[in-house]
Parts: sequence; structure tokens; C-alpha cells
Amino acid sequence: MEEFMQIDLDTKKRVKLVANTVRKKILLMAFSAGQSSAHIGGALSSADIISTLYETVFKINKKNIHDEEKDRFILSKGHGCLTYYAILNHLGFITDDELLTFEKDGSILLGHPVKNRDKGIEFSNGSLGMGLSIGVGLAIGYKRLNKKNNVYVILGDGECNEGSVWESFMCANKFNLDNLFVFIDNNKFQQTGSNDEILINNNLNDKLSAFGWNAKKINGHSIEEIYDFLVTNKNNQKPNIAICETIKGKGVSFIENNNDWHHTVLTKKNYDIAINELNKNEA
Amino acid sequence: MKLDNSKVKLYSQIGTRATFGLACIELLKKYENLMVCTADVSTSAGLDRFRKKYPNNYIDVGIAEQNLIGVATGLSELNFKVITTTFSPFQALRCLEQIKVNLGYMQNKVVMVGLASGLVLGSLGFTHASIEDVGALRSIPNLNLICPSDSGEVVKALDKALENKNSTYIRLTGGSNNTIINQDDYDFEIGKSIELKKGHKVCIISNGQILSECLAAANKLDEINISTSVINMHTIKPIDEKKIFEISKKYKLVVSVEEHNVIGGLGSAVAEQLIKIENSPPQALIGIQDYYEKGGNYFYLKNKYSISSEKIFEKIKNSYECLRKI
Ligand SMILES: Cc1ncc(C[n+]2csc(CCOP(=O)(O)OP(=O)(O)O)c2C)c(N)n1
Repeated sequence: MEEFMQIDLDTKKRVKLVANTVRKKILLMAFSAGQSSAHIGGALSSADIISTLYETVFKINKKNIHDEEKDRFILSKGHGCLTYYAILNHLGFITDDELLTFEKDGSILLGHPVKNRDKGIEFSNGSLGMGLSIGVGLAIGYKRLNKKNNVYVILGDGECNEGSVWESFMCANKFNLDNLFVFIDNNKFQQTGSNDEILINNNLNDKLSAFGWNAKKINGHSIEEIYDFLVTNKNNQKPNIAICETIKGKGVSFIENNNDWHHTVLTKKNYDIAINELNKNEA
Repeated sequence: MKLDNSKVKLYSQIGTRATFGLACIELLKKYENLMVCTADVSTSAGLDRFRKKYPNNYIDVGIAEQNLIGVATGLSELNFKVITTTFSPFQALRCLEQIKVNLGYMQNKVVMVGLASGLVLGSLGFTHASIEDVGALRSIPNLNLICPSDSGEVVKALDKALENKNSTYIRLTGGSNNTIINQDDYDFEIGKSIELKKGHKVCIISNGQILSECLAAANKLDEINISTSVINMHTIKPIDEKKIFEISKKYKLVVSVEEHNVIGGLGSAVAEQLIKIENSPPQALIGIQDYYEKGGNYFYLKNKYSISSEKIFEKIKNSYECLRKI
């Protein structure tokens, strides 16, 4: 039997606001990176997933960050790090000053996450297709230790081109990893085109069900649906995966579904327009 | 292929990656069975035009580098001329065993182009900066390794690599607006180094864009009466043994400079030769001393790792002065 839990209205409102803040911070960092460019589209598409996760079930703070009981998170699509840095800034791990050092010389915040537990960055990522295997290892480990920790992983849909991702999909099934929760940010684009142009990878829901996962297609911008996926207990010992229908660049009209924004420079003019749009959501 | 004098400036402006993309279009005129294969990085490899204009000669396998080398191997079996490309860590390391078995062991022939190697992507962190590719690949038999000094040399290296019987890894370094090392046309042969500057006391052996730092350092060394040669050892494997033998007889100090870990790279390759020669001069190994720095831009990292022209100058000056005291 599945057990449902509804998100309460206050939480939903709060998460929405956090996601909006996260988007504004993504743009702030991208802007401050200047000519060195930033991965903008894929950061914006994950903002609702990360915000819901960190604001509801994955509760971390400076006190518990080294606790053995704490759950674990892996941003396997490491190039989407702006979302990661933004939520960690919101939670007080990364200071406002540090945010502005994004991609600057000697910074702890590079164009891909660099492991830094004190700052809440749990793993170094950036070479695609490596994060989920680590998640599987953690999830097996927690089972062997009889621990209740959950493991959360975000994958890109383009990232799923990598064979190693499918090796971990199979492996998670073998070890009954119901403590593993994976999101595919299914924004339909990758670096140099749409998924359909580069490598057709549709019907992920059917594929992953066939691979033995609790697979569910959800709206990756719906706080309710993300929350529902995280808290619904399926009681069937299978690993959990949400195929999140998202929009690359979500939240800024001229960035949405325009893959020129995969990795590029954000000018002052565009930054101002974008922030204006996002500010309207807070009115 | 001849170096077109009128294009040298453009090549340097657009950098080694975009020059590679242009070169592929030229090479298609020579080999109609050319196949350019990539892993969702056409834009980063300057291949946008090629992709649009020549879809029959272009294959994108998706973000799947192991598959990339397997697919390239299959094509090579049917005698296609095959070029693969992606960012250097993914081109060299992600598919390392496919390279070993398919290209090294079976000797199927593929030309691999590792984009943005060395430190130029330092602000993206060390998943993208690439200081291990030469070391890893050098240990695989039947593979040529070339690190072109500038954009023009990328074109020459590609051309020669396609003619050569072995597979080749071409390591691209530097960013856009890179330094022109070779202004006029010259002979480029795999395994045959080029003397860029003549001196008689110290000999710097280097390759890639870091040669620009070496040349600047050598000029400064000349000024303080340490007359210094600079050799473009563009081919790391097969290494130019004959030249290294000559060098060992001529200079008081040999210095290898590389934008790579000193373990396994050009410096190691040079040392492996010098050690065979009786009374060979001492060698100073300048390069990345086996650790990961914090990230930062190209200039920042060259400084941190002490491979900027000033640091190279200092280091050679000190080594040379120590020598004289002995
Ligand atoms: C192993 C590896 N190959 C190639 C790249 C270069 N790269 C960075 S992002 C990207 C596209 C990723 O697409 P997707 O996972 O769909 O991310 P999103 O579109 O959400 O940004 C590529 C090919 C990389 N980082 N790692």
C-alpha cells in the first residue's frame, strides 16, 4: 500500500519563494562570472527540485552537516552547480561574499562542485555519469549498516547518455535500494542540441520501470508533485526515480527552451531583465 | 598541409579548438571518407559548421565517450579515416581501456583530439582541467602523442596523424588569442622536434602553448648571459631520441617544461632518454608537481604552478647558478 502525505499550504508557499530566490542567485552568480560564462539553462531547470528537497525532507544545517544520521545528496549533473551554491547560500553555508567569487581565482565555488563538507558540498562532480554510482554505493552501505539514511541524486537527461548511468540503474535494482531517490531533470536539451537531435532517449518511465525502479513521471516545477514523490512510501523495496518534466531555463522568459543558454555569458542588460521578471513572482 | 600564412593570425585568434573545426573541413577535401565523431560537444570543438554542412561525415554518439571509441573503432575497421573529439579528460581517461584494447592492442586506427587540455579550463575545476592525459596514454603501446604548439600546428598535426599508420592523440592547449609560435610555413613530421630558439648553455624542451612562456623566459635568460635554446618537442611519443642525444652533448643543463603533471609527461619521456646516455647533463623538471590546485583562470594557475615565464626564468636561473657552484 502506498501512503500519501500532502504538502501543507505554508510549506508550499515557502518553497516557492525559496525557489524564486534560488533562481535570482543563479543569475547573480552567472552575471558575476562575467566573460568566463556559466551553465544557466540547466541550473534554472533544477531549481524547484533542489528547493523542495532541501526545504522539506533533506534538512541540513551547520550543526548537522557532519552527522552520521544525515541524509546524503549528490548533484550528478555537476555543471548545474549554480543551483547547488544558491540553496547552500540560502541555508547559510555559503556567504553572500563567497557567492560572488563564483569561478574566480582561488574560489571554493568553481564551475563544477568541489567537495567541501563544511560548505555543504558533499562530492566533486562535473564529469557526467559518475554521481549515481556513488549514490548506489552509499545506499548499499547504509543498508549494510542498518541505517535509515536516504540518498538523493539529481541526473541530467543528457547525462543519461552515459553507459555508467545505466550500470548504476541495474545495480540499484539488484540491491533493493528503497533508500535511494533519484531525479532526472528531463528538460529535453543537452549541450549541443535537444535530446532528440543528439541521442533519442525517450520513454524513460517505461525503461526505468522495466529496470525494476519505482518510476514516476512528474512535473519538475510542481512543488506538490516533487514533495509527493519524496514522501510517498511505496513499501516495495525498489529504488525510486522521478522523471521530472522540466523546462530548461525555467523562470526567465527569454532563457526558457533556448539552448543558447546552456553555457554562456549573462550581460548586465539581460541580468536586469531577468531579475525584474523574477521579482514579479514575489509581488 | 601547408601553413597558410594569411590564416595564421585568424587561427591564433579563434584558438586551437575552433581551428581544429576549420581543419576538419579542409581535410574532408583530402579524404572523402573522413568521419568526425564527437560526444555532444560540437560547439566546443568548432564543429558547428562541419555538423551542418557535412552530416554524412559527422557522427554524434551522445555523451558517451566509451561508446565513442568503440564506434570509431568499428568505422576504422572499414577503412574510414576517423577523428574523435571531446574535452581532454573525457577523450583520454573516460575511455582509456577502449583506447588500450581497440587502438593500442588491436591497432585499429583513430585520431583522437583532446580539447582544452592543460589548465585553460581551470575555472571549471579539475574535472575539466587536464593534467594527467599524457601520462595515462603514454603507457599504451602503438599510440602517437602530439601536443601542438599553436593553432597552425594543430592543422599540421592532424594532417600527419591521418597519414600515419598508428593511432594518435592530439592534445590541444591554450585559449583563444593564443600566441603564434610558428609564423611561416615549416616542415612538421611526427617524432621530429623543432628548434625554435638557439642558445648554447641551457636547453628548454617543451611543447604546447606553454612554449610561449618558455620563449619569453629564454629571452630573459639570454639577457643575464645564460644563453638558452628552446625546442618544440611537439611529439611526446615517439620521442625524438636523436635530438635528445644531440642535446645531451651540447648543453650544461636540460630543462623540460610541461603544462601537465611532471609524473608521466614530457619531462619523464625526456628523462627516460637522458638516463641512457653517458655523462648526460642534469635535467630540471618544470611542470605540475603532482597535486591539484584550487581553481582559477589560465594565468592564475600557470602562476600557482610556477609555469609562467617569470617563474620558469627564476627556476632556470637558480638551477643554472647552483650548477656552476658545484
Ligand atoms: C563525461 C562528460 N562528457 C561531456 C561533458 C560536457 N558537458 C557538460 S554539460 C553537457 C550536457 C549535459 O546535458 P544534461 O545532462 O541534459 O544537462 P542540462 O541540459 O540539464 O544542462 C555536456 C555534454 C561533461 N561535463 N562530462
